[in-house]
Amino acid sequence: MTSLIQVRNLVKYYPLRRSFFSGLFGGQKMGYVKAVDDVSFHVDEREIFGIVGESGCGKTTTGKLTIRLLESTSGSVYYKDRDIMTLNKKDMNRLRAEIQIVFQNPYESLNPRSLIRDIIAEPLAVQGYCGDLEEEIAKSLEVVGLTPIEDFLYRYPHELSGGQRQRVAIARALVLKPRFVVADEPVSMLDMSMRGGILNLMIDLKDKFNLSYLFITHDLSMAKCVCDRLAVMYLGKIVEMGATVDMIDEPIHPYVKALIEAIPDSNPRIKIGEISIRGDVPAASDIPTGCRFHPRCLYAKAPCREKEPALREVAKGRYVACHPQ
Amino acid sequence: MSQKAPLLEIESLKMYYQLKDKRYVRAVDDIDLSIHEGETLGLAGESGCGKSSIALTITGILPDNAKILGGKILLGGYDVLRLNEETLRRNVRWKIASIIPQSAMSALDPVIRIGDQIAEAIMLHETVSRKEANEKVRRLFELVGLDSSRTGNYSHEFSGGMRQRSMIAMALACNPKLVVADEPTTALDVIVQAEILKLIEDLRARLNLSLLLITHDLKTIAEICDNVAIMYAGKIVERGSTLNVYENPRHPYTRLLLASIPNLRGQRRKLLFIPGAPPDLLDPHPGCRFAPRCPCATQTCRQEEPEMITIKGSSVACHHAEEHL
Repeated sequence: MTSLIQVRNLVKYYPLRRSFFSGLFGGQKMGYVKAVDDVSFHVDEREIFGIVGESGCGKTTTGKLTIRLLESTSGSVYYKDRDIMTLNKKDMNRLRAEIQIVFQNPYESLNPRSLIRDIIAEPLAVQGYCGDLEEEIAKSLEVVGLTPIEDFLYRYPHELSGGQRQRVAIARALVLKPRFVVADEPVSMLDMSMRGGILNLMIDLKDKFNLSYLFITHDLSMAKCVCDRLAVMYLGKIVEMGATVDMIDEPIHPYVKALIEAIPDSNPRIKIGEISIRGDVPAASDIPTGCRFHPRCLYAKAPCREKEPALREVAKGRYVACHPQ
Repeated sequence: MSQKAPLLEIESLKMYYQLKDKRYVRAVDDIDLSIHEGETLGLAGESGCGKSSIALTITGILPDNAKILGGKILLGGYDVLRLNEETLRRNVRWKIASIIPQSAMSALDPVIRIGDQIAEAIMLHETVSRKEANEKVRRLFELVGLDSSRTGNYSHEFSGGMRQRSMIAMALACNPKLVVADEPTTALDVIVQAEILKLIEDLRARLNLSLLLITHDLKTIAEICDNVAIMYAGKIVERGSTLNVYENPRHPYTRLLLASIPNLRGQRRKLLFIPGAPPDLLDPHPGCRFAPRCPCATQTCRQEEPEMITIKGSSVACHHAEEHL
């Protein structure tokens, strides 16, 4: 099987601003927030690949870097054998028809002063579409279940519910018939009873249009229902990656274990046990030496404090960044 | 259940918000609820169902446009709705019932030391010296697992979990009998959430507190609450022990809501969802408020409002509660 997206050694550092005086007197080394620090993964055709992590782990930044909404510090992203990082502006804009994004918050991602029709027409206009505009708009509204379309075309976003707004955002992302969609927490702003509707729609559309998704979420339970494969990030790095069910049933990395232990269950007879982790997440500007998880790890030994573990393959398709015990 | 009078008793409470054009939003519409000493009650519902408005009404911190149009709240023997502000502050708020607000980030004043904020609360409600108050703050810090040498810190120096711990410390400052926690862990990452839930549970048992936990997250209720009440569009639709309600939900809304939660454990399954949206509380339709979205609704449901009935220990407001067992 060929991979649609190949991400290799992606890095994003944000330089820390120095104060005027420390700038004058220099001396100190320039600091960085290492938001994404050497991340590699691939997304296959018709696959939903999930990135899971806590706030500040770099999952959203990774998503934006993957489709070049942010410029990376280094690294490459291959979309069908082309490194999109090397494309010039014109070629990149042309390619944007094939790679799209659905943002977390449909209350912010839709222009409040645009009609739904215009919101969906905009990508077509930008790409210089010269077919039947109205028909394309109608089709994409139907596809996301906003029917009868007459009820929605000439409405403003504020007249719609959160779930309907997110459907508009999906319609806008799909109107150009993309192959790859980054979905950044697409349901976390919605009520629980609405989420299933949006997620099922996204899965149906994947089958219908041969889409691949990069699905970014903080919610492992949600990822379990949606993703084929999964990567868990911690402080800018992937710590474990593999098939979703394997990873959730038998996590290997101590951080992933702790993450799973901490999730409550809707069965009141199942309670959270002891969570095998200590302390808080350190700042991304002050990343610990060696394995960046070692200060919180209950199994950390001397090598963990000194040497950074590489992401190595421990079984077919299963990768873990943890020193062998 | 004990024969003692409940600590909190809400009877037929109606709290509407008045709009500029004099119309009412029926946020809390004829609600009965009681909490006994030492009881933990989870109040669950989706955004806009009125669950937070109940918290505000109990503690008497409603905005100006909130109108109480009927009902009674008895809290530790005080008729809360008929007390003047001074008595409420002196004798009830913080001393009998305190609140852990939704966002610890915005509830703390960024320019006042955290210890001073808690000391201020103590000195407003009790006749103690500054020194005694400071001493108490240090004890509270230890109680909630914070380093007591850090009472002089500002809120930005604390992590999200530590801020939430200091909000809990503040809520416990005047030894209340009832703590109302409004989404206490919603903004937190899962590992921190698990720690805070454990802390709340531990403190509740040690101090024999009653807890009203208000949340949209049925999993946190399953984790720490003995009893649960499910709200929909300003009304309570089902109430009972958490085990009973979660294992044998009688109301179709409860059943669908539980089915829409993704679980980490157990089989991977397709997520369910509830089509449609909650009714407009400005002008709710007659009959059962859930009827338009309910798969089992009949003509009766659309015309007559269902009464609360008791079936096998649970109270349910559904015309068909006895049919779908």
